[in-house]
Amino acid sequence: MIVLIIGLMLVLIGIMIMLSKKNMLRIIIGFSIVDTGIHLIIVAIGYIKNATAPIIDLGVKTTRDSSGLISVIDKVADPVPSALVLTSIVIGLAVTALMLSYAIRLYQKSGTLNIDDHEESKW
Amino acid sequence: MFKYIFAILCVIGFGWMMWHLVQGFYIPDTMNEIADSYVSGSVNELKIPNTVTAVVVSYRGLDTLGEVTVLFLATAGVGFFLKRHRQTNAKRREGSEILKTGASFLAPMIMLFGIYVFTHGHLTPGGGFQGGVLIASATLLIILACPDCALPKHLIRILEGISGLGYVLIGILGLLILGKHSFLDPRIMDMGEWQKLFSGGAIPIIYSLIGLKVGSELSSVLGYLKGGGEES
Repeated sequence: MIVLIIGLMLVLIGIMIMLSKKNMLRIIIGFSIVDTGIHLIIVAIGYIKNATAPIIDLGVKTTRDSSGLISVIDKVADPVPSALVLTSIVIGLAVTALMLSYAIRLYQKSGTLNIDDHEESKW
Repeated sequence: MFKYIFAILCVIGFGWMMWHLVQGFYIPDTMNEIADSYVSGSVNELKIPNTVTAVVVSYRGLDTLGEVTVLFLATAGVGFFLKRHRQTNAKRREGSEILKTGASFLAPMIMLFGIYVFTHGHLTPGGGFQGGVLIASATLLIILACPDCALPKHLIRILEGISGLGYVLIGILGLLILGKHSFLDPRIMDMGEWQKLFSGGAIPIIYSLIGLKVGSELSSVLGYLKGGGEES
């Protein structure tokens, strides 16, 4: 619960930064904060009460029946949100690098990072 | 002034939208059906202790292929924006003695650790993405210590191409050997013993290829960012 609320607050802070700041680098930082908040929300959804990490190691109690099928006794967390977060972290990194390179290019062209000076891309 | 009011209204609206998610949230006591079948299937059918790896590589393998594609496109975009037009001789500050010595000692070990992490991704916490990022961090250390050193661009490009191609070829091999509905099925190889390095069919190979691809792609992003900061 507390992780979910922290993630939600991070998302709101990031959106506020993205909408109110003028400097492009700060907008990109705001995007990263939104990204982190969303990761926290997804991880919070996958948690199960008193569960361990979903790695069936020697520390997790299992039983093996006569036909050799293993059944897990201890509670483990939902593996699907963890896998989704793993995916989204790498995508977030790549997208941030793309945005930074775009900002570098704009700075080289026009010598400013202020978003108000790039009026040609305004609708 | 009007802009700030609008921004605050947007944030409040979004927060009100998400508040329903918070209100309906509860921590469940047991796993839902999908997670349960994924865990038991990864333990019994695929013989992989790390169920997250089973979901990433096998059950949702097509998503991972798409993700690797997105990563490739982002890298290509960075390279497109930061292509160096003319060779410039900007003065860069050399790394200090401590940084140079530390990097020459640590960078090979970090790379080796990255390789360990992605080859053991089906047994321990870790995997291709984490190992690839570790390799890229070793590259960053080398770039910081020696700003004038050129990265082996051709080697990185060839590694990236071969690992991506191998990933797709293993997927198609599943279609050829096991028949339809089995793209990227890891059961084309012997499943091996429980909790051994060579187990889980093709999953260690696929995850190693993903690790190589992520590592080489992020390294080339770092190389582009290093060369693109100067006036062209």
